[in-house]
Formats: sequence, C-alpha cells, structure tokens
Amino acid sequence: MAGLELLPALIDLGAVLLLALGIKGLSKVSTARSANGLAALAMGLAVLGLLIQQPLSPQAWLWVAIGTGLGGVLGLITAQRVPMTAMPETVALFNGCGGMASLLVALGVALFSPGEGSSGLVEQISIVISVFVGAITFSGSIVAMGKLQGWIDTPSWTQSSLRHAVNIALAVACLAGAIALPGDMAGSPLWLLVVASSLLGIGVTLPIGGADMPVVISLLNSYSGVAAAAAGFVVGSQLLIVAGAMVGAAGLILTQVMCTAMNRSLVSVLFGGALGGAAPVGGGGEAAGYTRITSCSAEECALALEAAERVVFVPGYGLAVAQAQHALRELSKLLENHGVEVTYAIHPVAGRMPGHMNVLLAEADVPYEQLLEMDIVNPEFPRTDVVIVLGANDVVNPDAKTDSTSPLYGMPVLEVDQARQVFVVKRSLGAGYAGIKNALFELPQTAMVFGDAKAVLNGLLTELRSMGVGKKVAA
Amino acid sequence: MSALTQALWVLLLGSLLGLELIGKVPPTLHTPLMSGANAISGITVLASLTLIAQANDQLPLLVLGSLSLGFALFNVVGGFLVTDRMLAMFSRKSPRTGGPR
Repeated sequence: MAGLELLPALIDLGAVLLLALGIKGLSKVSTARSANGLAALAMGLAVLGLLIQQPLSPQAWLWVAIGTGLGGVLGLITAQRVPMTAMPETVALFNGCGGMASLLVALGVALFSPGEGSSGLVEQISIVISVFVGAITFSGSIVAMGKLQGWIDTPSWTQSSLRHAVNIALAVACLAGAIALPGDMAGSPLWLLVVASSLLGIGVTLPIGGADMPVVISLLNSYSGVAAAAAGFVVGSQLLIVAGAMVGAAGLILTQVMCTAMNRSLVSVLFGGALGGAAPVGGGGEAAGYTRITSCSAEECALALEAAERVVFVPGYGLAVAQAQHALRELSKLLENHGVEVTYAIHPVAGRMPGHMNVLLAEADVPYEQLLEMDIVNPEFPRTDVVIVLGANDVVNPDAKTDSTSPLYGMPVLEVDQARQVFVVKRSLGAGYAGIKNALFELPQTAMVFGDAKAVLNGLLTELRSMGVGKKVAA
Repeated sequence: MSALTQALWVLLLGSLLGLELIGKVPPTLHTPLMSGANAISGITVLASLTLIAQANDQLPLLVLGSLSLGFALFNVVGGFLVTDRMLAMFSRKSPRTGGPR
C-alpha cells in the first residue's frame, strides 16, 4: 500500500534530481550532451509519474494524443529543418510556445475551474501571474524572433518617450485586470489581462535594438520558467514549481552574464531603447562620416594571406547571414597546409547570441581548440600578421576603449587594431547593429573588402589556389 | 505545514538551486545552455496533462488542455533536439582533448 503511494513521489524526486544534474552538466563542454539527454529523460519520468498519479479517461487520452501528435511532430520537424544560423530565432520561437502553454493552462482553469470548485486567493494570484508572464513571454518572444529574422523593424515612435507612456498605460491595464479578476474569474477582467499583457510584451520588446536581442531572449527564457512555476501553483504540482523556479533563476544568471559581457546593465537594455538610435552620430545614416576608407580587392587580400605567418579570423553575424562558415573552413585548411597558423577570435556576444559563432563554426568542422575566447586572443593580436573581420562590426570597434562619448564605451572588444594588417569583409559601409560608426575602418592598417562574406571567401580561395598555395609541397 | 507553505518552500529552494547550478559557463555553451534550459521550461506539459486529467471530459477544457500540451511539447521536443544537434557538433570535434582548457 504505502509503496504504491510512494512510487509517484519517488519518480518526481528522481526527475528533479536528474533535471538539476542536467542543468549543471549543460554548463560543461565535456558533459553537455549527455546532460541534455539526462534532462530529456527527467522530463519523460515526470510525465510518467504524473500519468501514474492521475489516470486518464479514454476521451482524455484521445486529446492527449492529438496534442502530442501536433506539438511533437512539429517540434521534431522544426528541430531537424532549421539551419544552425537561425538558432537564436528558433530558441525564441520555442520559448514563446512554452509561455503560451502556461497561458492556456491558466485560462482553462480560470474559465472552467476544474478540480475542487471554489478557488482561493492563492489560486487566483497564480492564475494572474501565469497569464501575465505567459502572455508577455509569448508575444515578446515572437517579436524577438521577428526582429532577428528581419520581419519586423524598429518603428521610430518606439524610440521616443512615447513608448514609456504606452507601456505604463498597458501595465496599469494589466494591474486593473489583475485586481478585478477575483470578482469575476471568467469575465472581462481576464480578457483585459490577456490582451494588455500580450501588448505589453510587444511594447517592451519592440524598441530594443538587435544588438541587445540575445539578452532579451535569455530574459524571456527566464520568464518562461517563471510562467511554468506559476502554472505549477495553478495546478498544484510541486515538480513543476521546482523545475520552473530552477529555469527562471538559471535564466536570470545567464542574462546577467550576457549583460556583463556587453558592459550593459539590464535596466539600460530594457528601458534604454535601441543602442545608438538616439545617438547624435550616424545612427542608420549610410556611410555616415567616413572619410579615410581604403578598399581593396580579394587579390590584394590573398597576397597578404599568402605572406602571413599568423592569421586570425573574427567571425560575426555577417558570416552567419552569408552561410559562409564552410567556405571559411576551407580557406583556413588551405592556409594551414601552407604553414600558416590559423585561429578564430570569438567575442562573447558576436552574432546574435552568445556562443552563436561557436555553434556556427562547429558545424563547419572547425576544431574546438582553434576558437579562442576574447581574454586569450587579445594579447595575441600584436604578433598577428593578418586579421580578417568577417561581418563583425561593433565587437571590434576600438572606440569602445578610447572614446568615452561612444555608446559602446566600456564594452570589452577584440583588439584587432593591434594587428599588423586588418581586412574587413563587409557588404557596405552601413552602420553595424548598434548603429554606430566604427573607427577601425579608418585606421591606416585597415582595408575594406566589400562583398558578401561567402563570395569574398570563395574569391580568396580561387586567388590563393591560382597562386599555388596549399598544393602539397611535401618535404 | 499547509500545502501553500510547502509550495512556497519548494519555490524558494528551487530558485536557490537554479542560481547555484550555473555559476561559470564558458561562452561556447551559452546558446546550448539557453536552449536546453528553454526545453526544460516546457515542463508545463505537466500542467497541460493535469488540466486534461481533471477535465472530467468537459470538451472546452480538453481542447484547451490539448492545445496547451501541443505548444508545450513543441517547446520540449524541439528544444531538446535542437540542443542535441548543437552539442553533437562540439563533442565530435574534440575527442582527444577531452573538453575545454
């Protein structure tokens, strides 16, 4: 008897333990993959435990099957089809759906109140939180995804103080809905809360510039944990509360780590608007104010590479957009065969998400040891012959170190200006994601190679091959 | 201890655990970690299942629960698989070095 009652509890405890171990293992390279599997196993255990505790009717099974079929299959297809370059958007999409799930559960309980009838204050508060956070997570994540995909621009009104007025009004509407909710669980206050929270999610995310988007996604990820924990209170599941709280807290830490890497405070990310949007210089203006630009052809660049002993590549979002990681890998192989020492300098926030570049380059079989983090690679630049910046901009801007009026001032950057020669591969002189002029482009040792990263890299490959580089010289 | 107090304790301890679990993460793993944590937040499947289980075969609740289950599972299945795809590329790379320096 006692054993039978104990079993689900033991399963739950086992699941929590595995989840915790999973999250912990995910923070080490050597254990990350098995830890991910462990967490997935924990999830399966948790579901099993729940099904033992709460047997389903045949009709319920049917609906479970429908939901499982739709969500599971779509998830499976999405996960397999999505290109590595679109990872940040994908995570945002998944995250938004998690928030939506919490929102729907809370709606279900509020509208039809299953279980033991009369709802207490705690349940009402949990429903409010679950709806509020769930809706913000959903709409915010979808906006974040749209901005990363380039579907949504930053409207200019969101850069004025008008947005604060709008958002405050929405927040007040949410509060009003929340206060009125206990009196009328299934009525208009609930819908006011749903609509106002969704709009608030949009209103808060829309003004944020693309450079800050990684932080926003991480924060929204933390929210979805909070939403899950709130849903745990709604349905009375302790396992859900623990797991939600863990993810919420871990997400906050990760968000903080990212903010530190960009030298931005969370407050300025959330309320400061798009970086550079209101700044006096440049700000979207094409090629604003560049006077001493040297541009060069792929041939000249190839010649410099051919003569170099140490080459460092600095990948950025442009590399991801151009899908040029394989061409880059091929070029470095060629150079390595030629006896050139090749490494990659990875800025913590290069790309649209921390680790974005690592993932991208790993896909192209670049050995892990060649990816150098900022602290390690920065002292190496003075003895580097050639640096090739591929679609990165703000993370190599020397103004961040020297110009205290620059909005980037204080952000740790890759000190590529210390290298002997710098080639910047870029499509145009348009401002970077932060919308700020880059002093690197005007340095005497810098030359711009205009073009799509993939096209330029392929051009370099052709040039180098025609020079006979990389052909087996064999000892 | 009432159920509420117990739940609040669980919330508090869970949060503390989460804060402690990931202290130092190499930047390489930020994206996979975010993606993995995101998959775990899809644990809302439990809430969706509970909603369905307690629906007493009321159709609107079953539909809402099923919809919610779909969204949550999309998050879980997609999240874990995508994370695995990313991590698979790391582990294949450094079999001899055995991880980061």
